[in-house]
Amino acid sequence: MHEGSYLGASRGLKSWLLTTDHKRIGILYAVAIAAFFLLGGILAILVRTELTAPGETVFGQDQYNQLFTLHGVVMVFLVIIPGIPGILGNFVLPIQIGAKDVAFPRLNLASWYIFMAGAVLAVLGWLLVGKVDTGWTFYTPYSSGASNAVLWLTSAVFVAGFASIFTGLNFIVTVHKMRAPGMTWNRLPLFVWAIYATAIVQVLATPVIGITMVLLFLEKLLQIGIFDPALGGDPVLFQHFFWFYSHPAVYIMILPAMGIISDLMGTFSRQQVSGYTFIALSSVAIAFLGFLVWGHHMFVAGQSALSSIIFSMLTFLIGIPTGIKVFNWVATMYKGSVWLQTPMLYALMFLFLFTIGGLTGIMVGVLAVDVHLHDTYFVVAHFHYVMMGGALIGLIGGLHYWWPKITGRLYNETAGRIAAVLVFIGFNLTFFTQFILGSRGMPRRYHDYSALMDVMPEAAMLNLASSLGSYILAAGLVMILVYALHSLFRGKLASANPWGACTLEWTHTGPVPDAHNFHETPLVTRGPYDFHLADDVFGSDEEDS
Amino acid sequence: MSQAAGTLKHYFVTSEQQFDAAKMGMWLFLVTEILLFSGMFVAYAVYRAWHPEVFAHASELLDWRLGGLNTLVLLASSFTVALSIHFVQKGQNRKVVVLLLITLLCVAIFMVIKYFEYTGKFAHGIFPGAGYAPHGEAYAEYDIPFAPQFFSIYFIMTGIHGVHVLVGMGLFVWLVTRVVRGHFSSAWYTPVELTGLYWHLVDIIWIFLFPLLYLI
Repeated sequence: MHEGSYLGASRGLKSWLLTTDHKRIGILYAVAIAAFFLLGGILAILVRTELTAPGETVFGQDQYNQLFTLHGVVMVFLVIIPGIPGILGNFVLPIQIGAKDVAFPRLNLASWYIFMAGAVLAVLGWLLVGKVDTGWTFYTPYSSGASNAVLWLTSAVFVAGFASIFTGLNFIVTVHKMRAPGMTWNRLPLFVWAIYATAIVQVLATPVIGITMVLLFLEKLLQIGIFDPALGGDPVLFQHFFWFYSHPAVYIMILPAMGIISDLMGTFSRQQVSGYTFIALSSVAIAFLGFLVWGHHMFVAGQSALSSIIFSMLTFLIGIPTGIKVFNWVATMYKGSVWLQTPMLYALMFLFLFTIGGLTGIMVGVLAVDVHLHDTYFVVAHFHYVMMGGALIGLIGGLHYWWPKITGRLYNETAGRIAAVLVFIGFNLTFFTQFILGSRGMPRRYHDYSALMDVMPEAAMLNLASSLGSYILAAGLVMILVYALHSLFRGKLASANPWGACTLEWTHTGPVPDAHNFHETPLVTRGPYDFHLADDVFGSDEEDS
Repeated sequence: MSQAAGTLKHYFVTSEQQFDAAKMGMWLFLVTEILLFSGMFVAYAVYRAWHPEVFAHASELLDWRLGGLNTLVLLASSFTVALSIHFVQKGQNRKVVVLLLITLLCVAIFMVIKYFEYTGKFAHGIFPGAGYAPHGEAYAEYDIPFAPQFFSIYFIMTGIHGVHVLVGMGLFVWLVTRVVRGHFSSAWYTPVELTGLYWHLVDIIWIFLFPLLYLI
C-alpha cells in the first residue's frame, strides 16, 4: 500500500460506509455494480442456455420471461446507467478538473445509499412478493394487470432514479464551479465533457421516468385509468412517457463510454485528440438530440404516420455527432504512436462494435425497415452492440486504464490481452449471429423457437453458436475478475503515471491520490492532450540535452 | 466574516464559490422538480384535449373560491419568504423569525383548506381511481366516463404538490430553529436563500395548477 493515500487515510468498514471522499464513493459504486453485473450476467447465461436448442430445454416459458425481465432491469438500471458515472465519474472527474472533491460530497454519498435502496427494493420484491415477467419496459396494460411484484420493481426504478439525478446534479455543479485555476472549458479532458453532457440528460430525463413509475404504481394500486385501456386509459401514452426517459437514457449509457474512448485514444496514440472541440460539443449535441427521438421506439405502436416520419428523420440526425466522434477517433490514431496496451485494445474494440451498433441503429430508425425488424433478434443484437459493445466495453476499458490510479497496482498485461480477445470473439459470436437470426425473422422473447424450424432450419445452428459465444464472453469476463483480484493483492506497485498520460489525475497526484487529491491546487497551463507541452510527463527538452 | 470562515468546506476555495455552487445545485434540483410535474401536466393536457367537455364540466365541481383563497395564501407566503431573505442578508434575525412564522401560518392555512376540499370530495364518493362513485345532490351527475380521469389527475397533482408543501413546512420549522440559535448572519445564510427558492417553485406550480384545474 502506498503511504498517505486515500486508501490508507482511515481504516475500518465505518470509514468506507460513511465516507464523503469522491474516490471512495466511486469504489462503493464499483463493488455494488460488479455484484449486479455478476447477477445480470448469470441471468444472461441462463437465457442463452435455454435457447441453445429448439424446444423447451431448461426453463418453462414463465421462468424464461422472468429471467429476461430481471436481466434487463438489472443490467439497465443497476449496471449500465449508474456504471460509468458512478464508478469512474466519481473517481476521476474531480481530479481531472483539479478539484478536491465534488461540490456536494454528502449528497454524493446519499446518492449511493439511494441507489442501494432501489436495488434492495428490487431484490426484496423479487424474493418476497413475486416475480415479474413484463420485460424491462413495463408496457401497459400487461404491467398494470400483472402481479403485485410490479409495484416493487417500479418503486425500485423510481428510487434508483434519484441516485442518478443527484449524481448528475453534483457533476454539473462540480464542472461549473470547482475547476482549478487555468482549467478553462477548452482544456477539460473529453471524459469530463462526456460526463457533463451525460449529467444534463440525467437531470432532465430521469424525473420523467420517476413520475411515469409513480403513475404506473397508482394505476396498479388505485386504477386511475390513465394507462389502462380497460379503464379508458391509453397504453400508448405510457410508451411515450417511458421512452421520453428511456431513449435519452441510452445516451446516459453511451456518452460516458465515448468520453473514456476519447481519453484512451489520446493517451495511447500519444497525440492530441483530433477535433477536440467537435468531440466535446458533439457530446452536448447528442445529449440534446437524444430528447427528440423517443418516438422511434413506437413505429408500430399506433402513433400517427406524421409523428413516425418526423421521429425517423430526427433519429438520422443522431448519426451526425456520432459520426464526428468516430472519424475523429480514427484520425487521432493516424500518424500517432499507437501503443496496444489492454485499455487501448478495448478502445479499438469499442470503435468496431459501437460502429456496428450505431449503424444498425440507423437501419432500425428507417420506418419501412423497422416494421419488419421490430421485436426481432435484429433489435436485440443492435442494442447489445451499443449497450454492451459500447457502454460496457467502454467501462471495462476505462477500469483497466484507471486501475493503477485507483488501486496503486498493475494487472498482468498478458492476461489482460488474452481476456480482451476472448471478450471480443465471444461478444461477436453471441450477437452477430443474432443479427442474422433477426433479419431472417426470429422474434425476441420466445423461450421455444421450434415453430421457426420449418421455415428457418439454420435457426438451431445460429442459436447454438450465439449461446456458445456467450460462454466464451463469460469466460473472458471471469478471467478479468480473476486477474483484477490477483492484482489487488499481489500486483506490482504502479508508478504515478504508468501510461504517460497528460491529464491531471496522472501528472499531479502520487501513484494513489491523497485523501484530498492534491498537495496544492494545480495551476493548469495546457490542454489535456498537449503531449508536446507536458514537461511533467516526459521531462523538459533542457533535461534531455 | 468569522462565521463565514467557519462554514467554508475544505474543498471550496472561497465562500462565494461555495454559495454559488449551492445555489446552482438548488436551481438544478428545481429543474428536476419541474420535469417531475411536467409528466402530470402532459397527462392533464392529453386527457383534456381528448375530452374537453368532460374536463370543463368536472372542473366546475372544484370550488374556485377555496382554490383562489389558497392561491392568495401561497402568494402571501412567497412574499414573506422573499422578505425574510432580504432581512437575513441585513442580519436582522428577529424580523426573519417573525416572517418565517407568518409563512408557516400561511402554509398551515393552505393545508387546512386543502384538507376540507379533499374530505368534501371524499364525502360524496369522489376518489381517485376505482373508488370513484359520486353520490348526493350535484355530485351524482358526475358519474360519467373520463370524469374519473379528471379527478385522478386532480388528486395526484394536488397531492404531490401537497407533499411538497409539507416538506416546505418542515424546512421552515427547521430554519426557524436555526435562526433562533443564531446560525445565520449577513455573511452566511445559504439555507434560507435555498429554501426560499424551493418555496417559490412550490408556489409557481400551484399558480399553474389553480387555473388549469379550478377555472377552465
